[in-house]
Amino acid sequence: MSNQRVELPDTPAAYNRDVERIEVELLLEGVYRHYGFDFRSYAYSSLKRRIWKRITQEGLASVSQLQDRVLHDSSLMEKLLLDLSINVTAMYRDPGFYAAFREKVVPTLRTYPFIRIWHAGCSTGEEVYSMAILLEEEGLYDRARIYATDINEVVLQRARAGIFPLEKMQEYTQNYLRAGGTRSFSEYYTAMYDGALFNTTLTRNVVFSQHNLVTDGSFSEFNVIVCRNVMIYFDRKLQNRVHRLFYDSLSRRGVLALGNKETLRFTDFEDKYEVVDTREKIYRRTA
Amino acid sequence: MSGESEAGYRMVVVGASAGGLYALRTLIAGLPADFDMPVVVVQHRAKESELLCELLQECTPLPVTEVMDKQEIGPGVFIGPPDYHLLVDDGSFALSTDDPVRYSRPSIDVMFQSAAETYGMDTVGVVLTGANQDGSAGLRQIADAGGHCVVQDPETAEVRVMPRSALKAVPDACVLTLEEIGPHLAGIRGRRVPPCPPRDA
Ligand SMILES: C[S@@+](CC[C@H](N)C(=O)[O-])C[C@H]1O[C@@H](n2cnc3c(N)ncnc32)[C@H](O)[C@@H]1O
Repeated sequence: MSNQRVELPDTPAAYNRDVERIEVELLLEGVYRHYGFDFRSYAYSSLKRRIWKRITQEGLASVSQLQDRVLHDSSLMEKLLLDLSINVTAMYRDPGFYAAFREKVVPTLRTYPFIRIWHAGCSTGEEVYSMAILLEEEGLYDRARIYATDINEVVLQRARAGIFPLEKMQEYTQNYLRAGGTRSFSEYYTAMYDGALFNTTLTRNVVFSQHNLVTDGSFSEFNVIVCRNVMIYFDRKLQNRVHRLFYDSLSRRGVLALGNKETLRFTDFEDKYEVVDTREKIYRRTA
Repeated sequence: MSGESEAGYRMVVVGASAGGLYALRTLIAGLPADFDMPVVVVQHRAKESELLCELLQECTPLPVTEVMDKQEIGPGVFIGPPDYHLLVDDGSFALSTDDPVRYSRPSIDVMFQSAAETYGMDTVGVVLTGANQDGSAGLRQIADAGGHCVVQDPETAEVRVMPRSALKAVPDACVLTLEEIGPHLAGIRGRRVPPCPPRDA
Protein backbone atom coordinates (compact mmCIF):
# COMPACT_ATOMS: atom_id res chain seq x y z
CA MET A 1 0.00 0.00 0.00
CA SER A 2 1.37 3.38 -0.90
CA ASN A 3 0.32 5.10 2.27
CA GLN A 4 3.31 7.37 2.54
CA ARG A 5 2.61 10.60 4.31
CA VAL A 6 2.02 13.40 1.86
CA GLU A 7 2.54 16.64 3.68
CA LEU A 8 2.35 18.81 0.64
CA PRO A 9 -0.64 18.80 -1.66
CA ASP A 10 -0.01 17.19 -5.02
CA THR A 11 -0.39 20.38 -7.00
CA PRO A 12 1.59 23.46 -6.03
CA ALA A 13 -0.82 26.17 -4.96
CA ALA A 14 0.93 28.86 -6.93
CA TYR A 15 0.64 26.99 -10.22
CA ASN A 16 -1.23 28.91 -12.91
CA ARG A 17 -4.39 26.87 -13.54
CA ASP A 18 -4.87 28.02 -17.11
CA VAL A 19 -1.30 27.17 -18.05
CA GLU A 20 -1.70 23.84 -16.26
CA ARG A 21 -4.76 23.01 -18.33
CA ILE A 22 -2.86 23.70 -21.54
CA GLU A 23 0.10 21.64 -20.40
CA VAL A 24 -2.08 18.71 -19.38
CA GLU A 25 -3.81 18.77 -22.76
CA LEU A 26 -0.46 18.84 -24.54
CA LEU A 27 0.85 15.97 -22.43
CA LEU A 28 -2.20 13.82 -23.15
CA GLU A 29 -2.08 14.69 -26.83
CA GLY A 30 1.57 13.67 -26.97
CA VAL A 31 0.95 10.43 -25.09
CA TYR A 32 -1.89 9.60 -27.45
CA ARG A 33 0.02 10.36 -30.64
CA HIS A 34 3.21 8.66 -29.57
CA TYR A 35 1.97 5.71 -27.51
CA GLY A 36 -1.67 5.31 -28.56
CA PHE A 37 -3.13 5.57 -25.03
CA ASP A 38 -5.99 8.04 -25.10
CA PHE A 39 -6.59 9.78 -21.78
CA ARG A 40 -7.90 12.97 -23.32
CA SER A 41 -11.45 12.49 -22.06
CA TYR A 42 -10.71 11.29 -18.56
CA ALA A 43 -12.22 13.24 -15.66
CA TYR A 44 -9.88 16.20 -15.33
CA SER A 45 -9.58 16.73 -11.60
CA SER A 46 -8.56 13.22 -10.66
CA LEU A 47 -6.39 12.84 -13.76
CA LYS A 48 -4.49 15.96 -12.78
CA ARG A 49 -3.89 14.66 -9.28
CA ARG A 50 -2.30 11.54 -10.62
CA ILE A 51 -0.17 13.39 -13.14
CA TRP A 52 1.19 15.51 -10.30
CA LYS A 53 1.90 12.45 -8.23
CA ARG A 54 4.22 11.25 -10.99
CA ILE A 55 5.78 14.71 -11.42
CA THR A 56 6.57 14.83 -7.70
CA GLN A 57 7.96 11.30 -7.64
CA GLU A 58 10.26 12.03 -10.56
CA GLY A 59 11.48 15.19 -8.85
CA LEU A 60 10.18 17.41 -11.66
CA ALA A 61 8.54 20.80 -11.39
CA SER A 62 5.99 21.11 -14.16
CA VAL A 63 3.65 19.17 -16.41
CA SER A 64 5.74 20.22 -19.39
CA GLN A 65 8.85 18.69 -17.87
CA LEU A 66 6.98 15.45 -17.44
CA GLN A 67 5.83 15.61 -21.06
CA ASP A 68 9.40 16.03 -22.24
CA ARG A 69 10.56 13.00 -20.25
CA VAL A 70 7.61 10.76 -21.06
CA LEU A 71 7.88 11.28 -24.80
CA HIS A 72 11.56 10.29 -24.81
CA ASP A 73 11.49 7.49 -22.26
CA SER A 74 9.04 4.63 -22.66
CA SER A 75 9.80 3.22 -19.22
CA LEU A 76 8.46 6.43 -17.73
CA MET A 77 5.36 5.98 -19.88
CA GLU A 78 4.86 2.58 -18.29
CA LYS A 79 4.94 4.16 -14.87
CA LEU A 80 2.57 6.90 -15.92
CA LEU A 81 0.19 4.33 -17.34
CA LEU A 82 0.10 2.59 -13.98
CA ASP A 83 -0.54 5.91 -12.27
CA LEU A 84 -3.34 6.87 -14.62
CA SER A 85 -5.10 3.52 -14.60
CA ILE A 86 -5.94 3.21 -10.94
CA ASN A 87 -5.94 -0.49 -10.25
CA VAL A 88 -7.54 -0.73 -6.82
CA THR A 89 -9.70 -3.83 -6.62
CA ALA A 90 -10.65 -6.64 -4.26
CA MET A 91 -12.31 -10.04 -4.23
CA TYR A 92 -16.04 -9.76 -3.69
CA ARG A 93 -15.67 -5.99 -3.52
CA ASP A 94 -19.14 -4.84 -2.49
CA PRO A 95 -20.43 -8.25 -1.35
CA GLY A 96 -23.98 -6.98 -1.85
CA PHE A 97 -23.36 -6.87 -5.57
CA TYR A 98 -22.51 -10.57 -5.73
CA ALA A 99 -25.44 -11.46 -3.49
CA ALA A 100 -27.80 -9.53 -5.79
CA PHE A 101 -26.22 -11.08 -8.87
CA ARG A 102 -26.74 -14.55 -7.43
CA GLU A 103 -30.31 -13.83 -6.52
CA LYS A 104 -31.50 -11.77 -9.49
CA VAL A 105 -29.32 -12.58 -12.48
CA VAL A 106 -28.28 -16.20 -12.02
CA PRO A 107 -31.88 -17.55 -12.40
CA THR A 108 -32.03 -16.04 -15.89
CA LEU A 109 -28.59 -17.32 -16.77
CA ARG A 110 -29.74 -20.84 -15.89
CA THR A 111 -32.09 -20.74 -18.84
CA TYR A 112 -29.24 -20.10 -21.28
CA PRO A 113 -27.36 -22.95 -22.93
CA PHE A 114 -24.25 -20.81 -23.10
CA ILE A 115 -23.27 -17.72 -21.11
CA ARG A 116 -20.87 -15.02 -22.27
CA ILE A 117 -19.60 -12.52 -19.73
CA TRP A 118 -17.35 -9.52 -20.26
CA HIS A 119 -15.45 -8.01 -17.33
CA ALA A 120 -14.27 -4.68 -18.74
CA GLY A 121 -11.49 -3.01 -16.76
CA CYS A 122 -10.85 -6.12 -14.67
CA SER A 123 -7.57 -4.85 -13.26
CA THR A 124 -5.62 -7.62 -11.48
CA GLY A 125 -8.55 -10.00 -11.82
CA GLU A 126 -9.96 -10.31 -8.30
CA GLU A 127 -13.52 -9.74 -9.45
CA VAL A 128 -13.10 -12.26 -12.26
CA TYR A 129 -12.04 -14.96 -9.82
CA SER A 130 -14.94 -13.97 -7.57
CA MET A 131 -17.38 -14.40 -10.44
CA ALA A 132 -15.82 -17.69 -11.51
CA ILE A 133 -16.28 -19.08 -8.00
CA LEU A 134 -19.87 -17.86 -7.90
CA LEU A 135 -20.69 -19.51 -11.24
CA GLU A 136 -18.93 -22.68 -10.17
CA GLU A 137 -21.05 -22.85 -7.01
CA GLU A 138 -24.21 -22.26 -9.01
CA GLY A 139 -23.30 -25.07 -11.38
CA LEU A 140 -23.03 -22.69 -14.33
CA TYR A 141 -19.32 -22.42 -14.83
CA ASP A 142 -19.01 -25.08 -17.50
CA ARG A 143 -21.46 -23.22 -19.71
CA ALA A 144 -19.78 -19.89 -19.20
CA ARG A 145 -17.02 -18.06 -20.95
CA ILE A 146 -15.54 -14.99 -19.30
CA TYR A 147 -13.69 -12.34 -21.28
CA ALA A 148 -11.63 -10.28 -18.88
CA THR A 149 -10.05 -7.17 -20.33
CA ASP A 150 -8.07 -4.15 -19.21
CA ILE A 151 -6.11 -1.37 -20.87
CA ASN A 152 -3.06 -2.28 -18.84
CA GLU A 153 -1.00 -5.35 -19.74
CA VAL A 154 0.90 -5.29 -16.45
CA VAL A 155 -2.21 -5.86 -14.34
CA LEU A 156 -3.48 -8.50 -16.77
CA GLN A 157 -0.33 -10.50 -16.20
CA ARG A 158 -1.03 -10.49 -12.51
CA ALA A 159 -4.61 -11.52 -13.18
CA ARG A 160 -3.43 -14.48 -15.24
CA ALA A 161 -1.05 -15.56 -12.47
CA GLY A 162 -3.91 -15.66 -9.96
CA ILE A 163 -1.77 -14.98 -6.93
CA PHE A 164 -3.20 -12.52 -4.44
CA PRO A 165 -1.77 -11.28 -1.13
CA LEU A 166 -2.17 -13.84 1.59
CA GLU A 167 -2.88 -11.21 4.21
CA LYS A 168 -6.00 -10.24 2.30
CA MET A 169 -7.59 -13.66 2.61
CA GLN A 170 -9.26 -12.95 5.90
CA GLU A 171 -11.02 -9.91 4.49
CA TYR A 172 -11.88 -11.79 1.30
CA THR A 173 -13.31 -14.70 3.26
CA GLN A 174 -15.60 -12.27 5.08
CA ASN A 175 -16.64 -10.70 1.79
CA TYR A 176 -17.22 -14.12 0.26
CA LEU A 177 -19.54 -15.14 3.08
CA ARG A 178 -21.44 -11.87 2.94
CA ALA A 179 -21.78 -12.35 -0.80
CA GLY A 180 -23.62 -15.62 -0.14
CA GLY A 181 -20.69 -17.99 -0.59
CA THR A 182 -21.66 -21.52 0.37
CA ARG A 183 -18.39 -23.33 0.90
CA SER A 184 -15.16 -22.82 2.71
CA PHE A 185 -13.31 -20.06 0.88
CA SER A 186 -9.94 -21.70 1.51
CA GLU A 187 -10.93 -24.49 -0.87
CA TYR A 188 -10.21 -22.16 -3.73
CA TYR A 189 -6.60 -21.35 -3.09
CA THR A 190 -3.31 -22.75 -1.89
CA ALA A 191 -1.36 -20.71 0.60
CA MET A 192 2.28 -20.16 -0.34
CA TYR A 193 4.90 -17.92 1.26
CA ASP A 194 4.34 -15.10 -1.13
CA GLY A 195 0.62 -15.30 -1.61
CA ALA A 196 -2.55 -17.24 -2.15
CA LEU A 197 -2.47 -19.12 -5.44
CA PHE A 198 -5.98 -19.60 -6.79
CA ASN A 199 -6.91 -22.91 -8.38
CA THR A 200 -6.10 -22.80 -12.06
CA THR A 201 -9.35 -24.61 -12.83
CA LEU A 202 -11.10 -21.33 -12.03
CA THR A 203 -9.64 -19.77 -15.14
CA ARG A 204 -10.14 -22.64 -17.54
CA ASN A 205 -12.97 -20.70 -19.20
CA VAL A 206 -11.47 -17.25 -18.80
CA VAL A 207 -9.71 -15.30 -21.53
CA PHE A 208 -7.61 -12.38 -20.32
CA SER A 209 -6.75 -9.84 -22.97
CA GLN A 210 -5.84 -6.24 -23.50
CA HIS A 211 -8.69 -4.02 -24.61
CA ASN A 212 -8.99 -0.25 -24.48
CA LEU A 213 -12.53 0.96 -23.90
CA VAL A 214 -11.71 4.32 -25.43
CA THR A 215 -10.11 3.28 -28.68
CA ASP A 216 -11.10 -0.35 -29.30
CA GLY A 217 -14.45 -1.53 -30.59
CA SER A 218 -16.83 -4.30 -29.73
CA PHE A 219 -15.50 -7.84 -30.14
CA SER A 220 -18.49 -10.07 -29.45
CA GLU A 221 -22.00 -10.26 -28.09
CA PHE A 222 -22.45 -10.78 -24.37
CA ASN A 223 -25.19 -11.81 -21.95
CA VAL A 224 -23.53 -9.93 -19.12
CA ILE A 225 -21.16 -6.98 -19.05
CA VAL A 226 -19.55 -6.07 -15.74
CA CYS A 227 -17.74 -2.74 -15.69
CA ARG A 228 -17.34 -1.47 -12.16
CA ASN A 229 -15.36 1.53 -10.98
CA VAL A 230 -13.82 2.11 -14.37
CA MET A 231 -16.00 4.76 -15.93
CA ILE A 232 -15.79 7.00 -12.87
CA TYR A 233 -12.44 8.01 -14.35
CA PHE A 234 -14.05 9.13 -17.61
CA ASP A 235 -15.80 12.41 -18.31
CA ARG A 236 -19.47 12.41 -19.26
CA LYS A 237 -18.87 12.51 -22.98
CA LEU A 238 -16.58 9.51 -22.86
CA GLN A 239 -18.96 7.67 -20.53
CA ASN A 240 -21.63 8.01 -23.14
CA ARG A 241 -19.36 6.65 -25.82
CA VAL A 242 -18.46 3.63 -23.75
CA HIS A 243 -22.13 3.07 -22.90
CA ARG A 244 -22.83 2.99 -26.62
CA LEU A 245 -20.16 0.31 -26.96
CA PHE A 246 -21.71 -1.73 -24.13
CA TYR A 247 -25.19 -1.32 -25.46
CA ASP A 248 -24.09 -2.55 -28.88
CA SER A 249 -22.23 -5.47 -27.30
CA LEU A 250 -25.11 -6.75 -25.16
CA SER A 251 -27.56 -9.37 -26.32
CA ARG A 252 -31.28 -8.71 -26.00
CA ARG A 253 -32.19 -8.70 -22.30
CA GLY A 254 -28.47 -8.67 -21.55
CA VAL A 255 -27.33 -7.46 -18.12
CA LEU A 256 -25.08 -4.49 -17.40
CA ALA A 257 -23.48 -4.15 -13.97
CA LEU A 258 -21.89 -0.88 -12.88
CA GLY A 259 -20.10 0.06 -9.68
CA ASN A 260 -21.99 0.95 -6.55
CA LYS A 261 -21.75 4.70 -6.96
CA GLU A 262 -22.25 4.79 -10.71
CA THR A 263 -25.58 5.19 -12.39
CA LEU A 264 -27.12 5.27 -15.85
CA ARG A 265 -29.09 8.30 -14.75
CA PHE A 266 -26.59 10.84 -16.02
CA THR A 267 -26.04 9.10 -19.36
CA ASP A 268 -27.95 8.94 -22.66
CA PHE A 269 -28.80 5.29 -22.07
CA GLU A 270 -31.07 5.46 -19.06
CA ASP A 271 -34.23 4.63 -21.02
CA LYS A 272 -32.65 1.69 -22.80
CA TYR A 273 -32.40 -0.40 -19.67
CA GLU A 274 -34.61 -1.46 -16.79
CA VAL A 275 -33.35 -1.63 -13.26
CA VAL A 276 -32.66 -5.10 -11.89
CA ASP A 277 -31.19 -3.89 -8.60
CA THR A 278 -31.22 -0.19 -7.72
CA ARG A 279 -28.69 -0.38 -4.95
CA GLU A 280 -26.13 -2.50 -6.73
CA LYS A 281 -26.60 -0.80 -10.10
CA ILE A 282 -27.56 -3.86 -12.09
CA TYR A 283 -29.49 -3.12 -15.28
CA ARG A 284 -31.13 -5.16 -18.04
CA ARG A 285 -31.23 -4.06 -21.65
CA THR A 286 -34.79 -3.54 -22.84
CA ALA A 287 -34.68 -1.57 -26.07
CA MET B 1 -12.66 25.93 -16.33
CA SER B 2 -15.55 27.61 -14.63
CA GLY B 3 -13.99 30.99 -13.89
CA GLU B 4 -14.55 33.09 -10.83
CA SER B 5 -17.58 35.30 -10.55
CA GLU B 6 -18.26 38.87 -9.52
CA ALA B 7 -21.45 37.87 -7.79
CA GLY B 8 -19.88 36.02 -4.92
CA TYR B 9 -19.29 32.56 -3.54
CA ARG B 10 -20.59 29.56 -5.43
CA MET B 11 -19.69 26.51 -3.41
CA VAL B 12 -19.38 25.54 0.24
CA VAL B 13 -17.17 22.59 1.11
CA VAL B 14 -17.30 21.12 4.60
CA GLY B 15 -14.91 18.64 6.21
CA ALA B 16 -15.65 16.70 9.38
CA SER B 17 -14.21 13.70 11.16
CA ALA B 18 -14.68 12.36 14.69
CA GLY B 19 -17.74 13.99 16.26
CA GLY B 20 -18.96 15.10 12.86
CA LEU B 21 -22.51 13.84 12.96
CA TYR B 22 -23.71 16.21 15.66
CA ALA B 23 -21.66 19.05 14.17
CA LEU B 24 -23.04 18.54 10.68
CA ARG B 25 -26.60 18.31 11.94
CA THR B 26 -26.22 21.59 13.75
CA LEU B 27 -24.60 23.35 10.82
CA ILE B 28 -27.13 22.13 8.29
CA ALA B 29 -30.08 22.87 10.53
CA GLY B 30 -28.81 26.46 10.60
CA LEU B 31 -29.08 26.93 6.84
CA PRO B 32 -32.15 28.72 5.51
CA ALA B 33 -34.56 26.72 3.34
CA ASP B 34 -33.72 28.83 0.30
CA PHE B 35 -29.96 28.43 0.63
CA ASP B 36 -28.87 28.12 -2.98
CA MET B 37 -25.17 27.29 -2.85
CA PRO B 38 -24.21 23.63 -3.04
CA VAL B 39 -22.94 22.39 0.32
CA VAL B 40 -20.49 19.56 -0.24
CA VAL B 41 -19.69 17.44 2.78
CA VAL B 42 -16.80 15.08 3.32
CA GLN B 43 -17.14 13.15 6.57
CA HIS B 44 -14.66 10.44 7.52
CA ARG B 45 -16.58 7.26 8.21
CA ALA B 46 -16.55 3.50 7.94
CA LYS B 47 -17.17 1.77 4.63
CA GLU B 48 -20.54 0.48 5.61
CA SER B 49 -22.05 3.48 7.32
CA GLU B 50 -25.13 4.41 5.38
CA LEU B 51 -27.40 6.35 7.67
CA LEU B 52 -25.60 9.68 7.40
CA CYS B 53 -27.80 11.04 4.61
CA GLU B 54 -31.01 10.16 6.37
CA LEU B 55 -29.83 11.62 9.65
CA LEU B 56 -28.90 14.86 7.94
CA GLN B 57 -32.07 14.99 5.89
CA GLU B 58 -34.04 15.01 9.14
CA CYS B 59 -32.79 18.47 9.98
CA THR B 60 -33.19 20.40 6.73
CA PRO B 61 -35.71 20.95 3.95
CA LEU B 62 -32.79 21.20 1.50
CA PRO B 63 -32.31 17.99 -0.48
CA VAL B 64 -29.54 15.82 1.00
CA THR B 65 -28.03 13.29 -1.39
CA GLU B 66 -25.14 10.88 -1.31
CA VAL B 67 -23.17 11.70 -4.41
CA MET B 68 -23.25 9.41 -7.44
CA ASP B 69 -20.48 9.68 -9.98
CA LYS B 70 -21.04 12.53 -12.49
CA GLN B 71 -23.97 13.91 -10.55
CA GLU B 72 -24.65 17.52 -11.44
CA ILE B 73 -23.81 20.21 -8.93
CA GLY B 74 -26.74 22.39 -7.88
CA PRO B 75 -28.38 23.66 -4.70
CA GLY B 76 -28.63 21.16 -1.87
CA VAL B 77 -26.43 19.18 0.47
CA PHE B 78 -24.12 16.61 -1.12
CA ILE B 79 -22.43 13.88 0.89
CA GLY B 80 -19.39 12.05 -0.43
CA PRO B 81 -19.86 8.26 -0.30
CA PRO B 82 -17.65 6.26 2.06
CA ASP B 83 -14.44 4.80 0.60
CA TYR B 84 -14.30 7.12 -2.43
CA HIS B 85 -12.52 10.42 -2.89
CA LEU B 86 -14.88 13.17 -3.95
CA LEU B 87 -13.76 15.74 -6.50
CA VAL B 88 -15.46 18.45 -8.51
CA ASP B 89 -15.10 18.86 -12.23
CA ASP B 90 -16.83 21.39 -14.45
CA GLY B 91 -20.37 21.37 -13.15
CA SER B 92 -20.40 17.81 -11.86
CA PHE B 93 -18.85 15.56 -9.24
CA ALA B 94 -16.30 12.87 -9.94
CA LEU B 95 -15.49 9.97 -7.62
CA SER B 96 -12.18 8.18 -7.36
CA THR B 97 -10.77 5.15 -5.59
CA ASP B 98 -7.28 6.62 -5.70
CA ASP B 99 -5.06 5.71 -2.72
CA PRO B 100 -6.06 7.10 0.65
CA VAL B 101 -4.38 10.41 1.46
CA ARG B 102 -3.05 10.46 5.02
CA TYR B 103 -4.91 7.24 5.63
CA SER B 104 -8.20 8.84 4.66
CA ARG B 105 -10.57 8.03 1.86
CA PRO B 106 -12.55 10.16 1.47
CA SER B 107 -9.95 12.83 2.08
CA ILE B 108 -11.04 16.34 2.99
CA ASP B 109 -7.82 17.75 1.53
CA VAL B 110 -8.53 16.15 -1.84
CA MET B 111 -12.05 17.57 -1.93
CA PHE B 112 -10.95 21.03 -0.80
CA GLN B 113 -8.12 21.12 -3.28
CA SER B 114 -10.30 20.25 -6.24
CA ALA B 115 -12.86 22.85 -5.16
CA ALA B 116 -10.15 25.49 -4.79
CA GLU B 117 -8.77 24.67 -8.20
CA THR B 118 -12.14 24.63 -9.91
CA TYR B 119 -14.02 27.40 -8.09
CA GLY B 120 -11.08 29.51 -6.93
CA MET B 121 -12.10 32.57 -4.95
CA ASP B 122 -15.73 31.47 -5.18
CA THR B 123 -15.07 28.68 -2.68
CA VAL B 124 -16.01 28.66 0.99
CA GLY B 125 -14.22 26.03 3.10
CA VAL B 126 -15.43 24.91 6.51
CA VAL B 127 -13.45 22.66 8.87
CA LEU B 128 -15.28 21.04 11.77
CA THR B 129 -14.44 18.66 14.61
CA GLY B 130 -12.00 15.79 14.16
CA ALA B 131 -8.99 13.95 15.48
CA ASN B 132 -6.53 14.39 12.62
CA GLN B 133 -5.06 16.97 10.28
CA ASP B 134 -7.06 16.28 7.18
CA GLY B 135 -8.49 19.48 5.74
CA SER B 136 -5.68 21.80 6.83
CA ALA B 137 -3.69 21.76 3.59
CA GLY B 138 -6.90 21.99 1.59
CA LEU B 139 -8.18 24.95 3.58
CA ARG B 140 -4.84 26.67 3.01
CA GLN B 141 -5.34 26.20 -0.72
CA ILE B 142 -8.82 27.68 -0.56
CA ALA B 143 -7.37 30.68 1.28
CA ASP B 144 -4.56 31.03 -1.28
CA ALA B 145 -7.10 30.96 -4.08
CA GLY B 146 -8.87 33.91 -2.44
CA GLY B 147 -11.76 31.88 -1.05
CA HIS B 148 -13.36 32.27 2.35
CA CYS B 149 -12.38 30.04 5.28
CA VAL B 150 -14.34 29.08 8.36
CA VAL B 151 -13.20 26.90 11.24
CA GLN B 152 -15.31 25.58 14.08
CA ASP B 153 -14.18 27.13 17.34
CA PRO B 154 -11.85 24.41 18.67
CA GLU B 155 -12.98 25.10 22.22
CA THR B 156 -16.49 24.01 21.27
CA ALA B 157 -15.50 21.08 19.10
CA GLU B 158 -16.10 17.53 20.27
CA VAL B 159 -12.54 16.76 19.13
CA ARG B 160 -10.23 19.73 18.79
CA VAL B 161 -7.30 18.45 16.77
CA MET B 162 -8.70 19.06 13.31
CA PRO B 163 -9.97 22.62 13.81
CA ARG B 164 -6.78 23.53 15.68
CA SER B 165 -4.63 22.22 12.89
CA ALA B 166 -6.75 24.06 10.31
CA LEU B 167 -6.31 27.31 12.25
CA LYS B 168 -2.60 26.81 12.30
CA ALA B 169 -2.67 26.49 8.51
CA VAL B 170 -5.07 29.41 8.04
CA PRO B 171 -4.74 31.76 11.04
CA ASP B 172 -7.14 34.34 9.60
CA ALA B 173 -10.01 31.91 9.09
CA CYS B 174 -13.27 32.93 10.75
CA VAL B 175 -13.69 31.06 14.01
CA LEU B 176 -17.32 30.35 14.78
CA THR B 177 -19.41 28.11 16.97
CA LEU B 178 -21.49 25.47 15.26
CA GLU B 179 -24.67 27.44 15.76
CA GLU B 180 -23.12 30.49 14.10
CA ILE B 181 -21.85 28.76 10.97
CA GLY B 182 -25.20 28.24 9.17
CA PRO B 183 -26.37 31.85 9.60
CA HIS B 184 -22.88 33.07 8.67
CA LEU B 185 -23.01 31.13 5.40
CA ALA B 186 -26.47 32.50 4.73
CA GLY B 187 -25.16 36.01 5.36
CA ILE B 188 -22.26 35.91 2.94
CA ARG B 189 -24.25 34.94 -0.12
CA GLY B 190 -23.84 37.36 -2.99
CA ARG B 191 -20.99 39.35 -1.49
CA ARG B 192 -17.34 38.92 -0.61
CA VAL B 193 -16.12 39.01 2.94
CA PRO B 194 -12.55 39.75 3.99
CA PRO B 195 -10.59 37.24 6.09
CA CYS B 196 -11.19 37.50 9.81
CA PRO B 197 -8.53 39.10 12.01
CA PRO B 198 -6.24 36.52 13.63
CA ARG B 199 -7.33 35.54 17.11
CA ASP B 200 -5.06 35.41 20.09
CA ALA B 201 -3.70 31.92 20.41
C1 LIG C 1 -10.36 0.91 -10.13
S1 LIG C 1 -10.01 -0.41 -11.24
C2 LIG C 1 -11.50 -1.34 -11.14
C3 LIG C 1 -11.27 -2.81 -11.06
C4 LIG C 1 -12.51 -3.67 -10.90
N1 LIG C 1 -13.42 -3.51 -12.03
C5 LIG C 1 -13.21 -3.40 -9.60
O1 LIG C 1 -14.24 -2.71 -9.59
O2 LIG C 1 -12.74 -3.85 -8.56
C6 LIG C 1 -10.09 0.41 -12.81
C7 LIG C 1 -9.48 -0.37 -13.96
O3 LIG C 1 -9.87 0.22 -15.21
C8 LIG C 1 -8.81 0.11 -16.11
N2 LIG C 1 -8.98 1.10 -17.19
C9 LIG C 1 -8.78 2.42 -17.14
N3 LIG C 1 -8.99 2.97 -18.35
C10 LIG C 1 -9.32 1.97 -19.19
C11 LIG C 1 -9.65 1.90 -20.57
N4 LIG C 1 -9.66 3.00 -21.32
N5 LIG C 1 -9.95 0.70 -21.10
C12 LIG C 1 -9.93 -0.42 -20.33
N6 LIG C 1 -9.63 -0.42 -19.02
C13 LIG C 1 -9.33 0.76 -18.45
C14 LIG C 1 -7.58 0.35 -15.25
O4 LIG C 1 -6.42 -0.17 -15.84
C15 LIG C 1 -7.97 -0.34 -13.94
O5 LIG C 1 -7.45 -1.64 -13.89
